[in-house]
Amino acid sequence: MTSPNRLNGGLIDRDQPLNFIFDGRQYSGFKGDTLASALLANNVRLMGRSFKYHRPRGPMTAGSEEPNALVELRTGARHEPNTRATTAELFEGLTAKSQNRWPSLKWDAMAINDRLSSFLTAGFYYKTFMWPTSFWEKVYEPIIRKAAGLGTLSHQPDPDNYDKGYLHCDVLIIGAGPAGLAAALTAGNSGASVILADEDYLLGGRLNSETHTIGDESGADWAAQTVAELQTMPNVRVMNRSTVIGSFDHGVYGVVERVSDHRPKPLTGKPRQILWRVYSKHAILSAGATERPIVFENNDRPGIMLASAMRSYANRWAVTPGKALAVFTNNDDGHKTAVDLTTLGVRVTVIDSRENAPSSGSYETIAGGRITNTAGRLGLTHVEVTTTSCTIRSLEVQGLGVSGGWNPNVQLTCHQRGRPQWDEALSAFVPGGVLPKGLVPAGAANGVFSTQWALRSGQQAATEVLGHLGKKSETIAFPEAEDAPAKIEPFWHVQGAKRAWVDQQNDVTAKDITLAHQENFVSVEHLKRYTTLGMATDQGKTSNIAGLAIMAEVSGKNIPEVGTTMFRPPYTPTAIGAFAGRSRDEHFRPVRKTPSHFWAEEQGAVFVEVGMWLRAQWFPRAGETHWRQSVDREVLQTRNSVGVCDVTTLGKIDVQGDDAAEFLNKVYCNGFAKLAVGKTRYGLMLREDGVAMDDGTAARLAEDHFVVTTTTANAIGVYRHMEFVRQCLFPDMNVQLISTTEAWAQYAVAGPNSRKLLQKIVDPEFPIDNEAFPFMACSEITVRGGLRARLFRISFSGELAYEIAVPTRYGDALMRCLMKEGEEFDVVPYGTEALGVMRIEKGHAAGNELNGTTTALNLGMGRMVSKKKDSIGSTLSEREGLNEDDALKLVGFKPVDLANPVPAGAHLMTKGSPVDAKHDQGYVTSACYSPNLGHHIGIGYLKSGDTRKGEIVRLVSPLTNVDHDVEVVSAHFIDPEGERLRA
Amino acid sequence: MPNLQAITPLGNKEPVTETYGPVTLTEITDIALASVSARLGREQDTAAALEAFLGTPPPGAAEHCGNNLSAFWMGPDQWMIEAPFETHEDLAARLAGTSPNAYSVTEQTDAWCRFDLKGPSLSDLFERLCAADTHAFTGGEAVRTSIEHLGCFVLCRTQNHFSVIGPRSSAGSLYHALVTAFRSVF
Repeated sequence: MTSPNRLNGGLIDRDQPLNFIFDGRQYSGFKGDTLASALLANNVRLMGRSFKYHRPRGPMTAGSEEPNALVELRTGARHEPNTRATTAELFEGLTAKSQNRWPSLKWDAMAINDRLSSFLTAGFYYKTFMWPTSFWEKVYEPIIRKAAGLGTLSHQPDPDNYDKGYLHCDVLIIGAGPAGLAAALTAGNSGASVILADEDYLLGGRLNSETHTIGDESGADWAAQTVAELQTMPNVRVMNRSTVIGSFDHGVYGVVERVSDHRPKPLTGKPRQILWRVYSKHAILSAGATERPIVFENNDRPGIMLASAMRSYANRWAVTPGKALAVFTNNDDGHKTAVDLTTLGVRVTVIDSRENAPSSGSYETIAGGRITNTAGRLGLTHVEVTTTSCTIRSLEVQGLGVSGGWNPNVQLTCHQRGRPQWDEALSAFVPGGVLPKGLVPAGAANGVFSTQWALRSGQQAATEVLGHLGKKSETIAFPEAEDAPAKIEPFWHVQGAKRAWVDQQNDVTAKDITLAHQENFVSVEHLKRYTTLGMATDQGKTSNIAGLAIMAEVSGKNIPEVGTTMFRPPYTPTAIGAFAGRSRDEHFRPVRKTPSHFWAEEQGAVFVEVGMWLRAQWFPRAGETHWRQSVDREVLQTRNSVGVCDVTTLGKIDVQGDDAAEFLNKVYCNGFAKLAVGKTRYGLMLREDGVAMDDGTAARLAEDHFVVTTTTANAIGVYRHMEFVRQCLFPDMNVQLISTTEAWAQYAVAGPNSRKLLQKIVDPEFPIDNEAFPFMACSEITVRGGLRARLFRISFSGELAYEIAVPTRYGDALMRCLMKEGEEFDVVPYGTEALGVMRIEKGHAAGNELNGTTTALNLGMGRMVSKKKDSIGSTLSEREGLNEDDALKLVGFKPVDLANPVPAGAHLMTKGSPVDAKHDQGYVTSACYSPNLGHHIGIGYLKSGDTRKGEIVRLVSPLTNVDHDVEVVSAHFIDPEGERLRA
Repeated sequence: MPNLQAITPLGNKEPVTETYGPVTLTEITDIALASVSARLGREQDTAAALEAFLGTPPPGAAEHCGNNLSAFWMGPDQWMIEAPFETHEDLAARLAGTSPNAYSVTEQTDAWCRFDLKGPSLSDLFERLCAADTHAFTGGEAVRTSIEHLGCFVLCRTQNHFSVIGPRSSAGSLYHALVTAFRSVF
């Protein structure tokens, strides 16, 4: 297959031809091509349709700033919309499709929008689709989104892996053009640790796109040799395909490395991309500059591109958009394109807006000329030139290079709200104001445009940061290089144009900007939002400055007075997958498994997430078709005989030290100083504001040693709180804390036969009869022939119950042992649902009751707040507002009609009163079906609830259509006297 | 010995050993752990007792030291002691008995899972896992860092031997993170 637009030379590998498909048609290119360069080589200039008007578009640039040539790359689940053809590296079998067109790229029905352009100006949607309001979300927006937009999603999960990583360096060098390479060499030679990152796969920046020489060799060869030298330095990490996307606090930079995007798919196990967090002591921004276009009538036809891009395509990729070209420029740089293309045998005419434009013998220059229109429906065929004498010439060309000067890539200097400064001589914004700490700009990114000075600038920047690092730098004598001054005469747009595109990605015209100004959008940030100038994937890299210039013109200001919009990360579009990294699907966050987890899996347990823990919720048995059947069975069997539940998830905090008891006296509202060794006590912790924080138990294993338990949900928070108290509030207390939650496997063994079961497991030298080991006893014991263990006689279920703990590695075996030894008692494992049912039956508070708004008084534990001592929250719990006469009190609720449920969350109303917030009497916090009582029950908070037992109140939940009567009862539905647990 | 079968943090009877490219990953279960925290005013006594126990002064901040019996730093005057499980399953009790009331000891053996990595270029692996600058490690470092959202200790025993000590209940998640990073790097 021939490639009609392929030139000689270039940095492509002609020994490696590659086949690819665009819009169903097969083409060929070479290794080293981008999709855009390969398509241009095949005389395909039309690559996309514009966002709003569906105008035919081709590549405007040869890099990541591309606004137009966006395609849908790859197929199936890897199909990715809005991929820039200008950065997509060609690989064998690459498949791409144009987007935002129907039915085809050449014949796009939605191009009717272009005919209706006079109606579709800036703000059209806001002005037009105002009535009726409800139509916006349901009717107008979906239609508009369908008509306008970019590519489509695959709607399949991303099949690739993304990784994250962390790098550290003395100096991060952002961009590997001449300034970056010079900086890297200088810093590398000093022994500093250096990271050199560049978004391109071929390092060298513009050196690969120019015909400049450095000394006796081409810029590209010098770059390749320098990179090779840097790669031999152990202290230098050279990262290509790596875009620095953001500058963050403390010298942290985000870098996306595209590990596999140049392959059909990643190698097995390898990530597609890696998001690196780079911790740098210093950074050098040598990110180069981006050429900007001039705005003129119909300046968006395929074949019209930046002059520097035309030069890149010719010099790097050996491609021209046609055999006859024109260049429209306001500066000397545009002439380089004419020189290079002419040398390659292409006919070029230069239209220079400056009347004193330089002339050349090898190509025609029209000094003082303007391009006033262009022609060519699907690709440029003619440009109309208006000369200084107002004569109009039509030139037949297939390509037009436009050069309006260069903008330093200042974005990363602004990510921490810095503002660039206007440089009058360059007619461009350069880094200024407060830069990110440690960042030094160099080269074209700092407005230094010649190669010679870029090399020096890079070296100077490196020398500066090495000085801060206390490292010596040697001056490298770089060979002579191109040193042309940047001669520019600002010229932003051709007056009188009607359809002249400022922002080609968002179809924003010069007219739109004028209109926005007329409608009083004077702030540049408002201009952006109203017109969408500078939005979307290119973030206005080629358009912002022209927009500002036009804004300045119509508002009678100068450009720096207009200012710029805020640059924010990421610098270029970044896949969401890169931000997610490995945290996706079932690995979104780590899980915590209990010691009996593997055993529970074998039993077919249904698990529930409790924080990061996976806890067995219930254990279904054959024939059970509904969870209630399993839960009811587990509850009844436990209350009738014995059940076992894994309660390892409850937090365990080891509290030791001479002041351990006094410390607990501070963190718990009730007293602990006098708790005897070998005893456990229920404790309630208050927040500083007097509200209940968490409850649990503290077991005194020795005079100076307690084990505190917390609720599962608050384990980490309570530990953090206690550390705060220890370190900050009472640093003089002699107390040491450490979490032991995971060190011990702990099981609740509950039910009338729990003692008999444990007696088969606990070694006989540790008697656990009621006399030797009464309710609330605790002890360090041994089990099964000498294994150290801990036993606590505490009960959440209200039954005779124990909690037994062994080192976690033996937890699985202990559960199996309890099940085996318990067979004679018909032992049952129970999950969190049965646990919940039993604690509601018993009226024990849990997370629903300790909900961050309730106090000890509300919980019915007001008298627990000891006034014989000071404790956290004690004083503020006395606040008037927390102690009103009709304070909420925890009580139980029983439906009058026993067939009715008692849903948690339902509110309570006095009989006969209106159902509204003003008359609210309280709410149900926890509810369940009680298999022991045979009906639903609930517990919750009711105003003065402790004095209203026997009253019938109305239970309402308007959201779920609940409205029936319940009786106020004691929260202790089962064994209110506590006889069972003391048995 | 108790007649209960211990399982590893990953839920097996035997620890896992796997090889990925040049690196071997081994689940370590034969080490007992105990935390030692000096009581107020007894810091020097604690250091002396630990030196007597370890045969070397306890390590400084972000360091570890020792051989058969070893220790790594966890905080000011706070260390984790490592000893062979077979001979020191009762490590906490032994330590508590050496210098009563000078320090607080807590058994930590089964609070943690540990994976040892042996082979070259381990820093290339750790740069995918944690923010610790392991490229600068030469041996003897011990840092607390976050791996896959899990608070872990990373110990560089030698440049070719690292230990990752993480919460036991999340051993599976930590193992998955390590294996994913292995496949990504090697």
